Amino acid sequence: MADVKMVSLTIEGRPVTVPDGMSILEAAKTAGVLVPHYCYHPGLPVAGVCRMCLVEVEKMPKLAPACATTVMEGQVVHVHSPKALEARKGVLEFLLINHPLDCPICDQAGECELQDYTFAEGRADSRYREPKRFNPVEDFGGDVLYVANRCILCTRCVRFMGDVVQEPVLNVSERGDRAFIGKAEGHDLTNPWAGNVVDLCPVGALLSKDFLNKARAWELDRGATICTGCSQGCNAVAELRDNVPVRLKPRPNEAVNQYYMCEVGRQTYREFARRDRADQPLVRLGSSLQVSEWDLAINAAVQAMAGKRLVVLASPNLSNEALFLLERLISRQSGHGVFRVVRGETVALAGAPDLALREERAANTTGARLFGFAETSSLEAVVGAGDALLVVGDALDGVAESALAKLGALVFVGTTVPLVVSASASVVLPITNTLEEEGTFTNLRGRVQRYLQARMAPGVARPSWFVLTDLLAAAGGAAPFQLPGDVFAALAAVHPSFAGLDYEALGMRGLPVITADHAEATV
Amino acid sequence: MGYPHPSHPREAPVLSKFFGDAEARTLDGWRQRGGYEALQKAVAMDPQEIQTIVKDSGLRGRGGAGFPTGMKWSFMKPDGKTHYLCCNADESEPGTFKDREIMRWTPHGLVEGVALGAHAIYAETAYIYIRGEFTEPFARVSKAVEEAYAAGILGANAMGSGKRIDVHVHRGAGAYICGEETALMNSLEGRRGNPRIKPPFPAVAGLFGKPTTINNVETLTTVPYIVKNGAEWYKQFGRPDNPKSIGTKLFSVCGNITRPGNYEVPLGFPFKEFLYDLCGGPLPGREIKAVIPGGSSVPILTREEAEGAIMDYEGMVASGTMLGSGGVIVFDDRQCMVRQIARLTRFYAHESCAQCSQCREGTAWITRIMERIRDGQGTSEDLDTLLSIADNMSGKTICVLSDSCATPVVSGLKKFRHEFEAKIAANPSKVTVPGAFRASAA
Repeated sequence: MADVKMVSLTIEGRPVTVPDGMSILEAAKTAGVLVPHYCYHPGLPVAGVCRMCLVEVEKMPKLAPACATTVMEGQVVHVHSPKALEARKGVLEFLLINHPLDCPICDQAGECELQDYTFAEGRADSRYREPKRFNPVEDFGGDVLYVANRCILCTRCVRFMGDVVQEPVLNVSERGDRAFIGKAEGHDLTNPWAGNVVDLCPVGALLSKDFLNKARAWELDRGATICTGCSQGCNAVAELRDNVPVRLKPRPNEAVNQYYMCEVGRQTYREFARRDRADQPLVRLGSSLQVSEWDLAINAAVQAMAGKRLVVLASPNLSNEALFLLERLISRQSGHGVFRVVRGETVALAGAPDLALREERAANTTGARLFGFAETSSLEAVVGAGDALLVVGDALDGVAESALAKLGALVFVGTTVPLVVSASASVVLPITNTLEEEGTFTNLRGRVQRYLQARMAPGVARPSWFVLTDLLAAAGGAAPFQLPGDVFAALAAVHPSFAGLDYEALGMRGLPVITADHAEATV
Repeated sequence: MGYPHPSHPREAPVLSKFFGDAEARTLDGWRQRGGYEALQKAVAMDPQEIQTIVKDSGLRGRGGAGFPTGMKWSFMKPDGKTHYLCCNADESEPGTFKDREIMRWTPHGLVEGVALGAHAIYAETAYIYIRGEFTEPFARVSKAVEEAYAAGILGANAMGSGKRIDVHVHRGAGAYICGEETALMNSLEGRRGNPRIKPPFPAVAGLFGKPTTINNVETLTTVPYIVKNGAEWYKQFGRPDNPKSIGTKLFSVCGNITRPGNYEVPLGFPFKEFLYDLCGGPLPGREIKAVIPGGSSVPILTREEAEGAIMDYEGMVASGTMLGSGGVIVFDDRQCMVRQIARLTRFYAHESCAQCSQCREGTAWITRIMERIRDGQGTSEDLDTLLSIADNMSGKTICVLSDSCATPVVSGLKKFRHEFEAKIAANPSKVTVPGAFRASAA
């Protein structure tokens, strides 16, 4: 890294030293001082239009916009001086005069920066006696609804579509207080990345149609997760209302997804909200599957697979830990592992480096390959007559009953029970989905990232690493694992790719694995 | 001269000498009147030499801000980079129409000044950005540029100097804000005419991101006379006790005045004599009540203040206002100042580019209150609210449109508060009756 000149200044009485060229607003963040702002966003070009971030800089005649003013040696900045507070109070008043103040029916309420700053610093009353401006609600296409009356014209959405997506569909139309966000004639926000304007909007002007009126922000429980929509591995937050996932939002990670997430990824919450879940272990008794105890079911599964060639069909959405345990199981029983993955069109986010909706629509194909699983498109081609097939996580979409007829045994470990399975499986073991367990994925650049449990598991379903640990132990293997971190430690100890990685040290932003294939990602 | 009136003996016609002289519009006519001699001389000179002459002459920007022209030019160094010259011909300040007359009568004077300016700042390309509504000036200047190209004055070998000077005439779409220099550049680049954040200043990154100098029409048209006659010649114009304001200045006079028109006087001219002798004073039986001396964005003067003012940069500041663009608007005793100020704020509310919160919302809010008071629906609390809004709008935005809207309100309330109070006292209900629904302030 080249030598960067450092600049020392004082912000709110706290000394900070930051690289030259940084804005006062960013420098204040390093001092733990939040400069209230609307139009500024670290992922977008600076606009300097909301005038909310005005701060007092000693020896400067006028208040300076913190987002557009670079730090200078020896500067003394006051964020909460009476003059700066007065200016922000003025801005808040201006932003609210034409605002409908309809927080009780606004989806943004509770996570609205206009609400937050007004409560913190705004006027308690309104001096506005005139009729308010009115503009109708407009459907922007895609998942986006524009409620113009709530708009503060910060232009984050315009800049995102113009500079990041590089499809300048949105603009500022008209002038003065008649201005509103306009949409180019004949174009809609149908780009898979366009939905980010909803997150970028600091107020309730751009809303998700999918989330509309579903929940109030303060009712939601949140958990950090990794998107399973493709192999990019976007960091995400799962938001649940009464244990039901209602949306996924991006969690910032400069190294992976910056501040963004695509529409395909966002929609994966629906899979996690399925209600037809497998929630009890099932064991075949005659022609039907009967509810069983975990211990009995595990033993039944081991017995069903014993003495046969083992083929493991693993989902590429399984954690590294589960895949590692499966690798061990396979090595005990002279079998092999395969995975199937759905493919789709790659859609890059033009203005963000190395960020795209990837072709492989699963979170851990890289992990699956590292643990020796081979991709297959045809299950029939990889199983022979009399083989034991252990399906983990794969829902057997598109697999015909006839394809399973020649098997010696079918053990199904999954989150739902497909029809073909209820007809032919010996044992069904219910596992948790990504939101209900913790673990790690390896993204296509070889970055290992943790996800945490955000939701309670249905019934007695158990995390895949837990179930596979039990299976391995029942099959006679050494599996002294109490926690997913134990499994990770074991895999890091034996797998050169993961050498040196520590479960806790991964943190919430992940670390890259060391392999020849992914060497460039570690720089 | 006070076109369309005969020149007054106390005028100092330099730029306006040929106003009304149709022959001066043609290339031949302009040459017969001494045109393009300065450019011929200048292209043989080193740009730095020209910058020094202009600096020595004391010429200051005639667009309104009064920044020393020579100093502005001296920011442009022979650094091998592409430079641009922009000529701001987007004269949109209410009450100002001096550039219009320059372009109508002496388009070659402007072309000469632009070409000379381009050479002086190491630029090969200059743009003349003309206000959209200026149909005749656009036609005149376009014709002059055409003639200049045909005569080899512009082009790859300008005036036979071997240097390339290209001049493009661009017609705006008619937005006040495009007269703000960075908004003008955005508009010229094909973007929405929004002012840019400064820094970076145009001299560092202006048009198309390149170092750019932007000058007003009057400024650029003046330069050839200075180059031709020397800095010392130019210094004769001005009052001896104020060396900071040098030269002649065109003043556009309109409103309740006997002889409205353009007048060119030396800076330092007494405003009282200007109003009463040159412009003929108020109409018979009337009295001047108020004067806006420098375009609608500057503080309003009462008659007494105006009569004591001196027409140069420092003199106007001493009287609590600004010289601005030289657009003089006169109000006589028939005028309701509330109505006049409401009309001004409506203009700014209409023209706000909508970027900054204070300007977008504040200009419209002020207008609504002003018009409510005008319509007899004002309340006493409105006056405090107006001042408070004006304060919140001033000095906090990217450009000064917001301040410009607040200025007439603040100075109007200070100097004509009794008119506001009379309007409010006439409100029978003494309470606000919300006006009929209006979708926009336009």
